[in-house]
Amino acid sequence: MLAARSVAIPARQCLRRANGASRWAPALMQSQTRSYAQDRVGGFKGKKGSDGKYTVTLIEGDGIGPEISQSVKDIYSAANVPIKWETVDVTPRLKDGKTVIPDEAIESVNKNYVALKGPLATPVGKGHVSLNLTLRRTFNLFANVRPCRSIVGFKTPYDNVDTVLIRENTEGEYSGIEHVVVDGVVQSIKLITRDACERVLRFAFQHADAIGRKKVRAVHKATIMKMSDGLFLRTAHDVAKEFPHIEFDAELLDNTCLKMVTDPTPYNDKVLVMPNLYGDILSDMCAGLIGGLGLTPSGNIGDECSIFEAVHGSAPDIAGKQLANPTALLLSSIMMLQHMGLNEYAENIQQAIFKTIAEGKTITGDLGGSAKTYEYADAVIKALK
Amino acid sequence: MLSHTSQKSAQTLLRGASRCIRPAMTTRGYAEHARPLDKTTTFGGKTTVTLIPGDGIGAEVSESVKEVFKAVNAPIQWEQVDVSGMEIGDKHMEDLFRESIASVKRNKVALKGILHTPVERSGHQSFNVALRQELDIFASLTSIKNLPGIETRHKNVDFCIIRENTEGEYSGLEHQSVNGVVESLKIITREKSERIAKFAFAFALANNRKKITCIHKANIMKLADGLFRNTFKKMAENYPTLECNDMIVDNASMQCVSKPQQFDVMVMPNLYGGILSNIGAGLVGGPGVVPGCNMGNEIALFEPGCRHVGLDIKGKDQANPTALLLSAVMMLRHLGHHAHADLIERAVLGVIAEGKTRTRDVGGDATTQQFTRAILDKVEQL
Repeated sequence: MLAARSVAIPARQCLRRANGASRWAPALMQSQTRSYAQDRVGGFKGKKGSDGKYTVTLIEGDGIGPEISQSVKDIYSAANVPIKWETVDVTPRLKDGKTVIPDEAIESVNKNYVALKGPLATPVGKGHVSLNLTLRRTFNLFANVRPCRSIVGFKTPYDNVDTVLIRENTEGEYSGIEHVVVDGVVQSIKLITRDACERVLRFAFQHADAIGRKKVRAVHKATIMKMSDGLFLRTAHDVAKEFPHIEFDAELLDNTCLKMVTDPTPYNDKVLVMPNLYGDILSDMCAGLIGGLGLTPSGNIGDECSIFEAVHGSAPDIAGKQLANPTALLLSSIMMLQHMGLNEYAENIQQAIFKTIAEGKTITGDLGGSAKTYEYADAVIKALK
Repeated sequence: MLSHTSQKSAQTLLRGASRCIRPAMTTRGYAEHARPLDKTTTFGGKTTVTLIPGDGIGAEVSESVKEVFKAVNAPIQWEQVDVSGMEIGDKHMEDLFRESIASVKRNKVALKGILHTPVERSGHQSFNVALRQELDIFASLTSIKNLPGIETRHKNVDFCIIRENTEGEYSGLEHQSVNGVVESLKIITREKSERIAKFAFAFALANNRKKITCIHKANIMKLADGLFRNTFKKMAENYPTLECNDMIVDNASMQCVSKPQQFDVMVMPNLYGGILSNIGAGLVGGPGVVPGCNMGNEIALFEPGCRHVGLDIKGKDQANPTALLLSAVMMLRHLGHHAHADLIERAVLGVIAEGKTRTRDVGGDATTQQFTRAILDKVEQL
């Protein structure tokens, strides 16, 4: 009974989305005449305040979150970035039996259009939807951008990695539609809609443009999932026609995994785009190539708002000891600056981070150094131009 | 490569499996099936084995295996079925496919290359998947191990991936609810999770493996992967000597490329197996050197562990037959022909370790034929 209901609700959502899809059709036709730049997917809409500063929502997070957020704040004020932080708390509440985040937090993000987020500890307990998922749903963050770049000074078996991966964030295998058919038989539904595919694919092409890459590659498993991944692939081919200056091709998931692990450098000139689960796995794998989640930034792009976050855990065991490495959050904040068009500041802070790590004198324990979190932040500040 | 430690005959496995008694499971217990060897087709001391060369490089590498088998006088009689997954308008395609199934069912043992699967929606369903489902060869085993002589980024990699082969994301159940909205069903059942878990534990015991890691995504797919994981954990209680843990699939992929040495035996649902076996192959030198097999209750089908067709180098005499040769070695051990298996394995590994004759994918410039020739020469020396 319960299962039937949980299936019926998403089905209705599907229909609603499908109605939305019909709205897309004319938009698609229009866009052929109109430049795509005008209907940019997930662009930044924020405005400077009267003091000449953008307000950015800051979700410090749990565990090591406050320490690494402090590093970001210190470095930003030293670099004179025109940003004012608005710190909010997103500890979930139960409202009408549903996990929700506080209204103040939602209002803040909606008002500022952009947020930076530290690691959150997912509350343990059955039936609790993870906070990350809640945030994604609340703000309809449809695309997850995960660049991975080798960091000089931190040696891994792989050199010169520079991948950019975009993952569909709202549906696919993580639709959350599951039910027990009979005892011992579970059905989990992977949902693929043309609407969502189109949106993330268009974003991928625009992002490729924005970061100066000339190739977009869709990763799929359409040999096996002929309809679902087939839809993603067909949509990709359609969207690619709107971007004739960008080379598009598709690759089977198996081949991507194999080739990336063998030699990731051929992917340095491409943007990869893929459905949810594949993106989840491959983005973490890419992080593994360059040394783990402590060094990889992440951005979640939505229609209105975007949230940039560190994807590593909240590491409660070292919380408060000033041992944490703030690099992932810093690099995420740099993606945020680029998203907001504050490229000069992004450039400056980024070179300072890379320089500090490359020198290797003031780095945190996870990178093989012995510096405290604040010492590392100070070193970055000294390296600012 | 899959020496005695990592590869014993399926008999041992099945005997291992029968040690674990869970009578309440199904009406038909998986423990009390017949030993597979009793059912093979053997005439005059030679066992008949179905050979499906497959598409792409299949013909070339199969030729290599046949030559090597002939040179060592392996007591194997091939029954070749040239089924193809290419869309070449051959109306016998389906007939050949059915023949291949009939042949494998008859002989119980098969050596197979990979069949091509078209991407187009109008194209046929994957023959590889259909074959596994039809024959109910539920466990896929891929051995990821560094071969001496092949330089890779990671050293001392040695783990096995055990993958559920018949359900999960590859169920083939998909439908379009309305235009532009597609649902694809992933099916996880307790029954099949139980038998793959049991296979994994039995395999680990029989091959002196110490640790089993269950790979899942139960934090998101709480019911489906949750069932898989819980079934695994329950099964683990029957094997107290083995160390068990579980890991989320994205973390496992990350660990695989940073610290692959931590893994021993991994067990997982269908799709994750596809992903991790490719990552694993990338670690040790590519699909040309990774052997594998698929096990059912009666049938054993040996095929390269990392399932790539290799259409791009088809007919160019560049393919590396190592994967199929080592799979064939596993097959010989499965059939109890240990002397022949050892001889071929030593020859293949010897040639690779010497490094003079290697195919392109592992940094040489030898053709498939030259490599095969080198193995044959090696066999004579040994």
